Amino acid sequence: MKQTFTKKMWRETGSAYFLLSPALFVLLLFIIGPIVFAVFLAFHKVQLLGTTSFEFVGLDNFVRIANDTRAKIALWNTLKYVAIVVPCQTILALVLAATLNAGLKGQKFFRIVYFLPTLTSSAVLTLIFMWMYNQNGFINHVLEAVGLPTYNWLGDPDVALNAIMIMNIWSTAPYFMVIYLAALQDIPDSLYEAAELDGANAWQKFWHITVPYLRPVTSFVVVMGLIGTFQLFDQSYIFSAGSGGPNNSTLTVVLLIYQYAFKTLGTMGYAAALAFALAIIILIATLIQRKLSKEESLY
Amino acid sequence: MKRKIGIGKALLYVVLVMYAIITLIPFLWALSSSFKTLEEIVSGTMSFVPKQFTLDNYKQIFVEQDLFPRWLLNSVIIAVAVTILNLLFNSMAGYALARLQFPGRKPLFLIILAVLMIPAQVTMIPNYLILKQLGWLNSYQGMIVPTMINATFIFMMRQFFINFPKELEEAAELDGLGRFGIFFRIVLPLARPALAAQAIFVFMGSWNDFMRPLIILSDPQLFTLPLGLNSFKGQYISYWNYIMAASMVFTLPVLVIYAFFNRYFIKGISFTGGK
Repeated sequence: MKQTFTKKMWRETGSAYFLLSPALFVLLLFIIGPIVFAVFLAFHKVQLLGTTSFEFVGLDNFVRIANDTRAKIALWNTLKYVAIVVPCQTILALVLAATLNAGLKGQKFFRIVYFLPTLTSSAVLTLIFMWMYNQNGFINHVLEAVGLPTYNWLGDPDVALNAIMIMNIWSTAPYFMVIYLAALQDIPDSLYEAAELDGANAWQKFWHITVPYLRPVTSFVVVMGLIGTFQLFDQSYIFSAGSGGPNNSTLTVVLLIYQYAFKTLGTMGYAAALAFALAIIILIATLIQRKLSKEESLY
Repeated sequence: MKRKIGIGKALLYVVLVMYAIITLIPFLWALSSSFKTLEEIVSGTMSFVPKQFTLDNYKQIFVEQDLFPRWLLNSVIIAVAVTILNLLFNSMAGYALARLQFPGRKPLFLIILAVLMIPAQVTMIPNYLILKQLGWLNSYQGMIVPTMINATFIFMMRQFFINFPKELEEAAELDGLGRFGIFFRIVLPLARPALAAQAIFVFMGSWNDFMRPLIILSDPQLFTLPLGLNSFKGQYISYWNYIMAASMVFTLPVLVIYAFFNRYFIKGISFTGGK
């Protein structure tokens, strides 16, 4: 009895590892291996000329971050971007979802339309917006027509990052809207009916039932938003043709990592150290968010 | 009372329509620009209807820019290969983690969860060095192999298979099917809704990816479309009519897929959406 059991177990183990083998292969060679390798790189100076060489430099790469003006600019730009985009896209997503869920006719049509930006590649969206942000372009014409000031969206260091923010709020909010929509289906109608009996208006129902009920989803949306926004790269890269300009105003942490790793010589190890710093910042941000949302839910 | 509801509804409609316009304008503007002449583009007119409707921009990018069809082909090959391999490998891994008992199952699952938390930037640089060592820079396999599994979807498939009725598999086992027979002939065909959602997301992710090709591919022959578009922009700085035409060609395939499968998109997002 015991022997047949082990035989079956062996067979099951064999099948399991066979089924897992492609995943394990990629996991080891392109994810776990590289993480270990990245730790190694962060403590070395890497030379790629001719044969690749590594020189141990201890904590130098990490110390260097503190003295790097461009790293500070990149971090400041990224933090500004996160602090504005995450709340805006979350609120917009919630409002759109609640409006769509109000049981109006044509709901499905609007949902399909709203979702379009999410499908479109970042490269295409960035190019379309650059065309619209042109000095003599669509957006400036509209602003002029309604009597608002126009901007040099792409060339003015004071507004270039804002231009990216507007574009990305517009393009990411619909994704989170769909997550909210799914969660809205789960709110029991009886809650709203009871509130109506108590004479609550639409706004009160939204504020006192919908918003608190969706708090766990909001927490998820904010964490996903934080992770996504901290990694801003494609849009900045295309906007500035890889430079982070004008005047470093669209330089983000990931763009800086890219530049140090692949565009300047001998700074790959430093780029790896920056990547770890970014990973830690993202981790801290999500932990803070978790803590805050837990404290809120005590009320 | 009734009138009040009417006003509220009207207001909601105004909000919905306004936002629909905000969403559509960039696409419509790009589409109309792609049919305009360079002259009209430069003059900075505001009309959505081209003064002189022309297909020259599309002709130009396909005929004159001889690499454009090649970029399209590269994108298709890579995205299709990545999608098929992901569907197969993620399901296999998800099934093993959900249904089979074997030593190492729990730590493996935890590792996959942990991998989900690591930002791509950390592995980006070592990945480049590893691919360089393998001689896989500037190759299809360099683009395909590292992305042929995805921790998120392994996790998603595991959740799916855990909720899958066991009775079917037990019946198949009684009929003499082995583990692999059960998996490939019974389980996989029944997992179609989960696979459809996954296919769409993996395809879009690969199709739209910008950073990986930017790092791995430097030979213009091997560029994917996002990279091609970007180099296109450098080449035709103010020829926005060409750039918009190229952007439209690139966007169309995804829109077609979306038109047919949009319900799977919504399902897929709520599925990955943390519950």
